[in-house]
Amino acid sequence: MAFIQLKDIVVRYHRKQNVLKGLQLDIQKGELVSLLGPSGCGKTTTLRVMAGFIEPQEGEFHVNGKDLTKVPVHKRNFGLVFQSYALFPHLTVEDNVAFGLKLRKMAKEEIQKKVRSILEVCDLVGLEKRFPKQLSGGQRQRVALARALVIEPELLLLDEPLSNLDAKLRLHMRVEIKRIQKKLGITTIFVTHDQEECFSISDKVAVMNEGVIEQYDTPEKIYTYPKTEFVARFIGFENFICFQKQQPHCYMADNKALFITDMDIEQTTCKGTIRPDDILIKEDAEGGNVVTGTIQVRTFLGKSYQYEVKTDLGVLVVNAASERIYETGETLHLQLPANKIILV
Amino acid sequence: MLKNKGLTIFSCLVFAFLFLPLLLMAVTAFGEASTITFPIEGFTLKWFGNVFASNAFMEALKLSTVLALLATLLGLIIGIPAAYALARYTMKGKAFLKGFFLSPTIVPGIVVGYAIYQFVVVSLRMPIFESLLLGHFLVVLPYSIRIVSSSLEQFDFSIEEVAWTLGCNKWKTFFKIVIPNITSGISAAFMLSFINSFNNIPVSMFLSGPGVSTLPTALMNHIEYNYDPTVSAISVLLMLATIAIMFVVEKTLGIAAFTK
Ligand SMILES: Nc1ncnc2c1ncn2[C@@H]1O[C@H](COP(=O)(O)OP(=O)(O)OP(=O)(O)O)[C@@H](O)[C@H]1O
Ligand SMILES: [Mg+2]
Repeated sequence: MAFIQLKDIVVRYHRKQNVLKGLQLDIQKGELVSLLGPSGCGKTTTLRVMAGFIEPQEGEFHVNGKDLTKVPVHKRNFGLVFQSYALFPHLTVEDNVAFGLKLRKMAKEEIQKKVRSILEVCDLVGLEKRFPKQLSGGQRQRVALARALVIEPELLLLDEPLSNLDAKLRLHMRVEIKRIQKKLGITTIFVTHDQEECFSISDKVAVMNEGVIEQYDTPEKIYTYPKTEFVARFIGFENFICFQKQQPHCYMADNKALFITDMDIEQTTCKGTIRPDDILIKEDAEGGNVVTGTIQVRTFLGKSYQYEVKTDLGVLVVNAASERIYETGETLHLQLPANKIILV
Repeated sequence: MLKNKGLTIFSCLVFAFLFLPLLLMAVTAFGEASTITFPIEGFTLKWFGNVFASNAFMEALKLSTVLALLATLLGLIIGIPAAYALARYTMKGKAFLKGFFLSPTIVPGIVVGYAIYQFVVVSLRMPIFESLLLGHFLVVLPYSIRIVSSSLEQFDFSIEEVAWTLGCNKWKTFFKIVIPNITSGISAAFMLSFINSFNNIPVSMFLSGPGVSTLPTALMNHIEYNYDPTVSAISVLLMLATIAIMFVVEKTLGIAAFTK
């Protein structure tokens, strides 16, 4: 049985519409799982259900076999880091971090020891006596993390903790978070809408769309084998072509052209999709999986050029290296390699 | 800073207009003549002695102080949670409630005094002190709610939520996290409430009874029959007290506490 279980969670705010629509999620102990999805899809709401700020209208939330759905926030023992860090402005770094421990009626020496060791882990030594106002963004972020970690939470919840930092610091902090999380072995949920950040840090990724999880897999699986059109689009696939299944590994497009694919699925109608980077530009129309069209728009992307090519399958988007530049109006032969076509 | 001669002169004039009468009043407290005159003749401190010797004034001072303190404390005890609820929760009719709580600042004090006199003193036969307290409480409550509300507007409620996750229940969090972060608002509310209750005339006029009057009503009564510098002396003493309070506030919280 999974360590953390969200079972058919339904949440609606004041209006009738459900924000979470029967959300399911199982998380193993010690894993770092990201919730990835567009703005407004319900990531924060899911996190707030786990933290206990929202009681779901339906469904249950279990940790380690215990039903916590109705347990109040302060009895859950979870660590939480907000996007705004939410440090206590009237307390020093040291007192911010010690706040949770003091409530646990621990001996003074023990509190001091724990605070010192977590400050070391989070690289905050020397800042103990400062107030939050006197810290940089990255330092505040680490204090918030230390404060959440020092209580040895069963579950660590991070809601877009890096989105207020500049690009360089983000990169650094995500490595830090991963390091600390692995070192302490804390089960962690990380909310983000940045896919690179999410792929680099997570053991598993749950891609959310409109209140449900569309796909839950390792980052590699999600990157290479998105299961639905929504997931595929969200992680950079374009060029969706309607397919009719003819026989295994052989699909027919609307214009009767046949495509051979390495992948195969049960349904008779589906969509084939391919990343703009994976389409090859050929000299002639020889070979299988080739379509021909004319260039409508050319865009310079730096490392490559992007072409929008009008074919009888619709407009295909292709990225090609800038060594050979094609002009708008030119005819292109595009090959869709069988091993790069994903069926959704 | 931009310099503008005309503006400087104008500010000086406004300043003079506001403070000259106070200054004149202060000077008259030291005159020897038995009516208030200016310029003064001679120099004496006997009017100050008069103030302290007068039983009526001392009783009134005591009553006003106790009344202002109690009304202010009650105002804070009710006002802080009310302001918190208004800021924290979205509820139906929030705008209406807000308006309702602030209404006594719009309704003239005379009306509040008369209403309480009609409905509480006459029909319920409430004792004088209690009805005075009720009246003053109603006068100062809006100050607490309004000032504390505006401090809560700056308050980030996610720090409260974080405290809950760290194992702090809602009550403890309120005292350990919310209150310490709105202390400047609370102090400002305290001062303004105190001063407003202490200076209040309209409500006290209706509610004070035989032998029981607050300092401002006692002063009014006194002026009606005597026009001697005792009144000036009291005013000087009150001004000094106010200046002392303001000085303490400025040193501890900064004068910004009042403008927040
Ligand atoms: N307190 C609330 N009252 C009413 N509706 C809300 C409330 N909080 C969120 N919602 C709605 O619920 C939906 C999901 O919101 P949520 O904050 O979970 O999104 P999110 O995935 O975290 O988005 P973002 O990436 O922008 O943070 C949104 O449509 C939002 O408008
Ligand atoms: Mg969010």
